[in-house]
Amino acid sequence: MPFIELDGVEKTFTIRRRTGLLRREKREVRAVDGISFAVERGEMVGYIGPNGAGKSTTIKMLTGILTPSGGRLRVAGIDPSRERTRLAQRIGVVFGQRTTLWWDLPLKDSYRLTHRMYRIPDARYEENLARCVDLLDLGDLLDVPVRQLSLGQRMRGDIAAALLHDPEVLYLDEPTIGLDVVSKARVREFLKDLNATRGTTVLLTTHDLTDIEQLCSRVMVIDHGRLMYDGELAGLHAVGESERLLVVDLERELPPITNVPGARFVRSDGPRQWLAFPATASAAPLVAAVASRHPLLDLSVREPDIEAVIAKMYGGTREDRRESLR
Amino acid sequence: MADSWRTYGETGIRASWRTYRMVAGMWIRSTMAYRSSFALTLVTSFCVTFFDFVVILLMFGQVRGLGGFSFAEVALLYGTAGTSFGIADLTMGSLQRMGKRVRDGTLDTFLMRPAPLLAQVAADKFALRRFGRVAQGLMVLVWGLYLLHVEWTPLKAVLLPVTVVCGAVIFGAVMVLGASTLFWIQDAAEVTNSFTYGGNTLLQYPPTIFAQDLVRGVVYVVPLAFVSWLPALYVLGRPMPAGVPEWAAFTSPLVAAVCCGAAGLAWRAGIRSYRSTGS
Repeated sequence: MPFIELDGVEKTFTIRRRTGLLRREKREVRAVDGISFAVERGEMVGYIGPNGAGKSTTIKMLTGILTPSGGRLRVAGIDPSRERTRLAQRIGVVFGQRTTLWWDLPLKDSYRLTHRMYRIPDARYEENLARCVDLLDLGDLLDVPVRQLSLGQRMRGDIAAALLHDPEVLYLDEPTIGLDVVSKARVREFLKDLNATRGTTVLLTTHDLTDIEQLCSRVMVIDHGRLMYDGELAGLHAVGESERLLVVDLERELPPITNVPGARFVRSDGPRQWLAFPATASAAPLVAAVASRHPLLDLSVREPDIEAVIAKMYGGTREDRRESLR
Repeated sequence: MADSWRTYGETGIRASWRTYRMVAGMWIRSTMAYRSSFALTLVTSFCVTFFDFVVILLMFGQVRGLGGFSFAEVALLYGTAGTSFGIADLTMGSLQRMGKRVRDGTLDTFLMRPAPLLAQVAADKFALRRFGRVAQGLMVLVWGLYLLHVEWTPLKAVLLPVTVVCGAVIFGAVMVLGASTLFWIQDAAEVTNSFTYGGNTLLQYPPTIFAQDLVRGVVYVVPLAFVSWLPALYVLGRPMPAGVPEWAAFTSPLVAAVCCGAAGLAWRAGIRSYRSTGS
């Protein structure tokens, strides 16, 4: 049985808007519109989408904070909104933009509260804390009031706080937002290690695709409350009809190369020209064709930008949306 | 993974009390982080409490009685209602500030903990300085009893402390009821305040000085009269207001229980319709 299971989950919000002095307009907004997926124990999944796509709403339903309007949802066999406090013992949550730490108290006080509130056995707590302190480099911070910590330090502190009770699944909502390169790398390294050594299931929402590239073997793309893609990161290229670029340096400035089948002229700059071809096609025949017809000095192939692929996906759905609204 | 050592999240009164103590303790320590600020608030709230008391003294220096009630009798009414409200405000007063947590979404972090939400919200920003109200109420109550010449019966002796406790429970239930509406309307706190703070002010004075319709409303609609009026009137040997039979003075525990039930249901419904915020 999958660890996390969603079957046609929906969440609608009714928005009341004042249109006149007494007149009110009721409007239904589908934040999550029939999402189904399953995550196995030990998987590390990236959950991406533009702002307002329904990512946070999904996470909040998975933690039991929000009650779904429709569909079926199970985490570790538990219906989260019905048994929220029971499930809380088994999950860890980190909201990048919201800290659970106690602002005015030393970092270690927050951990001590977690220790008691989650009823973590002493030996277990000591072991987990020592591990987090070591890997997240929190040693010097334990006695510092949280309000004096930098954003990166606080994020590391928050991640540790979410893991002291050995959660089976960790939800991370924008864990690297606002962090510098070094902090980001440290957080990623830690998560990778956590997943490898403890087998913790990780579900990660982010806008930083480097997070996904470095951590997740599987990615889910959501837009307008619908699941647009679910599979390997590489597979996104095929779905997104992305293109690779062939950059050729010719001996001299020449008219645009348009006579090579399978390639599309993009632009030129002096003797250098850019040709686009489908990401799924091979570059070799194309290079041969160009070389046989033109005086070629040098060439390079550029891989498609995953960000561009996803932006294209979002763009596409937005147009669908406009269509359906008409 | 071995679950043998895990105790799953409980709801229940014991779990709530445990959570309350933990969270309140954290807030007391947080307050101590700013020592001078803490000392200042302590002095301020002591002064406010003290001057409140002086105001009452001054008022009764001019007026010998109020609505047919003597000074000592009013002190008894004021003391019971004030103590009840003080206890409720000390322990549950933070519920009125929950609207902010709902608006800015920080309530989410409470909901993710394996602990009862009500206890967490009630203990949120727990402030010992609110003990001032309790102290003030008790002071007036003791003083009123000292001046009064009540013909004590065992029944009256039991009734008075029970009344104070039940009164606190009723005020607390009204606060929970009010906080439940915050899940739907975040700015409803003022409505609740009119019942709690307003009710407290009302109950501190004899029912005879108010319009009869108001008194009926307090007895039958919002059962605040059970907080202190009816039992205190019994202790004083006075007639009941608004056509209430005398045995009603002993029904405070029952009314408190009903209020708690209603508040509990409203709270559950509130959590289920919680909408959280955007991010």
